[in-house]
Amino acid sequence: MLEGILAGLATTFLPINLFLVLVGCFAGTFIGMLPGLGPISAIALMIPITYGFDPASGMILMAGVYYGAIFGGSTSSILLNAPGVAGTVATAFDGYPLAQQGKAGKALALAAYSSFAGGTIAAIFLLVAAPTLASVSLSFQSSDYFALMVLGLTAVSAFAGKGGFLKAILMTVLGLMLSTVGTDASAGIQRFTFGRVDLIDGVSFLLLAMATFALSEALMVILKRTKISKKAQQATQWNLGSLKVSRQEFKEITPTIARSSVLGFFVGVLPGAGATIASFLAYGMERNLAKDQDKAQFGKGSLKGLVAPETANNAACSGSFVPLLTLGIPGSGTTAVMLGALLSYGIQPGPRLFVEQPQVFWSVIISMYIGNIILLILNLPLIPYIAKLLMLPKQLLTPLILFFSLIGVYLVSFNPFDIQMMIFFAIAALLLRILDFPMAPMLLGFVLGGMMEENLRRALLINDGSFSFLWERPITLSILVIIVLTFLAPVVSYFKPAVPD
Amino acid sequence: MSQIKRFWCRMMQVALIVGFGVAASLLWNPVQAAEIEKIHFLIPGGAGGGWDGTARGTGEALTKSGLLKHASYENMSGGGGGKAIAHMIETAERQKGTLMVNSTPIVVRSITKVFPYSFRDLTPIAGIIADSAVFVVQVDSKFQSWKDVVAAFKSDSKKVKIGGGSVPGDLDHIAVALAIQAAGENPKKVKYVPYDAGGKAMAGLLSGEINVLSTGFGEALELAKSGQIRILAITSATRSKDAPNVPTVKELGYDMTFANWRGFFGAPGLSYKEAQAYASLLRDMYATSEWETVRARRGWTNQYVPGFQFYRFLEEQEEAIGSMLRELGFLQ
Repeated sequence: MLEGILAGLATTFLPINLFLVLVGCFAGTFIGMLPGLGPISAIALMIPITYGFDPASGMILMAGVYYGAIFGGSTSSILLNAPGVAGTVATAFDGYPLAQQGKAGKALALAAYSSFAGGTIAAIFLLVAAPTLASVSLSFQSSDYFALMVLGLTAVSAFAGKGGFLKAILMTVLGLMLSTVGTDASAGIQRFTFGRVDLIDGVSFLLLAMATFALSEALMVILKRTKISKKAQQATQWNLGSLKVSRQEFKEITPTIARSSVLGFFVGVLPGAGATIASFLAYGMERNLAKDQDKAQFGKGSLKGLVAPETANNAACSGSFVPLLTLGIPGSGTTAVMLGALLSYGIQPGPRLFVEQPQVFWSVIISMYIGNIILLILNLPLIPYIAKLLMLPKQLLTPLILFFSLIGVYLVSFNPFDIQMMIFFAIAALLLRILDFPMAPMLLGFVLGGMMEENLRRALLINDGSFSFLWERPITLSILVIIVLTFLAPVVSYFKPAVPD
Repeated sequence: MSQIKRFWCRMMQVALIVGFGVAASLLWNPVQAAEIEKIHFLIPGGAGGGWDGTARGTGEALTKSGLLKHASYENMSGGGGGKAIAHMIETAERQKGTLMVNSTPIVVRSITKVFPYSFRDLTPIAGIIADSAVFVVQVDSKFQSWKDVVAAFKSDSKKVKIGGGSVPGDLDHIAVALAIQAAGENPKKVKYVPYDAGGKAMAGLLSGEINVLSTGFGEALELAKSGQIRILAITSATRSKDAPNVPTVKELGYDMTFANWRGFFGAPGLSYKEAQAYASLLRDMYATSEWETVRARRGWTNQYVPGFQFYRFLEEQEEAIGSMLRELGFLQ
């Protein structure tokens, strides 16, 4: 193994490969920043370029684009509330409020630090344990995934904003309902498509996120025009806040980074989950672990709420290389495209890859360290310039957001119906926001609902309709116990006698 | 002396081959090149999918080999491919230079009335590649042969959990249902466990929650080569040269074949001559090294079925799939 790692080191440090890491990170960051264009499109664009390369170089470039895109996606989430990538939707929950409070610089810097930490910690896990982790990625069955999604739903309490808990629950249910639109994965029947061919594939997550976050936010700005003009004057005076993160703040977020990177990595390793689920789970976990004062901050610009999903999504990206490289199983659309590229090089991903092609296997993993360092170096100095975007007068910025959000979604599907759907959702979201309904729980319900239903029904089918898997599968049972504890904790602390000062 | 003689012999051979080549290209190329200079490929799904790869791969081989001057591509997803079909039909007048890529789902989804159209509303040009279905198990599975699966199914069909990467009533389900029916059993008794993608279905098989996986040959081959799974049987008519040890379902004594084909369709109302020109352009593509590069890269199996034969093939498949879907209760 050591020999393999050394061979990988040698391959990684070839000038051409270092250059490709740089190019990949750069291209990925910019594509990720554009609303709607995610890592799949970015990597699909790269494939024709990589045909002439040797396999290690090609993979290094594509991996760079992948985590670069996730990195870049957080920028538009924080600055514009327009998530560039599905995995960075949760970043907007606290990142955008921070930017509005004039702390855009700090939010972007924190996002860069936590992405770096998440990516690097996950790369260490990969280096130490990738071959053995293969068995972890196969230990999860449908019932375990179901339990994991239910655990994710407990994060809904994190979103109890102004309107209180009831509104958050109502929006979660709305999200769950929206996730049932389209072809029912378990029976192959069309649900709630109203006979429209366009709805057969359901509603796209990114479309929904863009419509309810970016578009409705832009519309809101137009509605509150009088107030905003004052704000716009302030905006020109903004100094973007300092990039510096105080020692106290670092102390505060370190445990969050540690927890989120471990969680993100393991969720990424599972073929049935991925970066988006990982970011939501990490956000929910931090909210549930936070103390009362901290808890109230979530959704209003909590540093932990920003750091947790940012760390987790990058860690999950690295984690998704475990099933891809050691088993040849793609867990997501992005890794499926990369698998296709690997096969076209004549490389068989699988248990023998790191024995037969050690330089490919290890150089990809080692290039991740370098990629993460490059991303940090690349992004930190750019933050003041990127953040200047916010200084644009609202009259200019708002139409730009409207334009790029709509174009971004259209460029993925090339279906005009998607634009109509976006406008519909944006207006619906606007009305709900005026009534103080929070949008984040709806997205949470939507993203978890589909997978929750699918996995529950599959588990029931496999077990002949019996719910016995809930207590017979150890993993399922342990996750369920955690869920129960999450709910009981507040009750217990309520009955605990108050400690006298 | 003899060496010089041999040298001249070689030169003569080379000259002859080059001469014939030039003559042949002079005789043949103008006929084809004059007819089709550019093709616009309409892709009913997003970037990176199977349809996308087929259309762009074909375009790449055609243009790089010089058979075609210019290829352009348009992705139009929505409605599981239905959007693009409707577009092709509604704007037929303007689509004479357009070829749409499609595959078995166009047959399945027109039978189930998900699409209001069928292949009859378009001009089938040619099928170009095919991917047979295979049935695979974990390496240490108790099933050593597809016959064992059938035997286990006969004794208790509920105990045999068969997964696939498509919804019930779609490709992976139909393939296994046809194979079970060929064994004289009721395909409705198949306990089909759906996953939303082939990769996730494979993970399900390896996690042990299903016993058998019905999937595409191309998807299973690499994992079988790396020793993680065993392929029990393939649904092609003859054994594949890429996996000569895998028996066909047919040779095991169950009379059935199944393949997911991919091919091209022109706009409705294309003249016979125009359709013919496209079909022969695609035929000429097989001989190019550029196509071989694309094909090998993707692990596709060539299967050229032009024009009228393609139409007949589609009708047969429609018949087989239609009666299976009726049997399974997806159709009245």
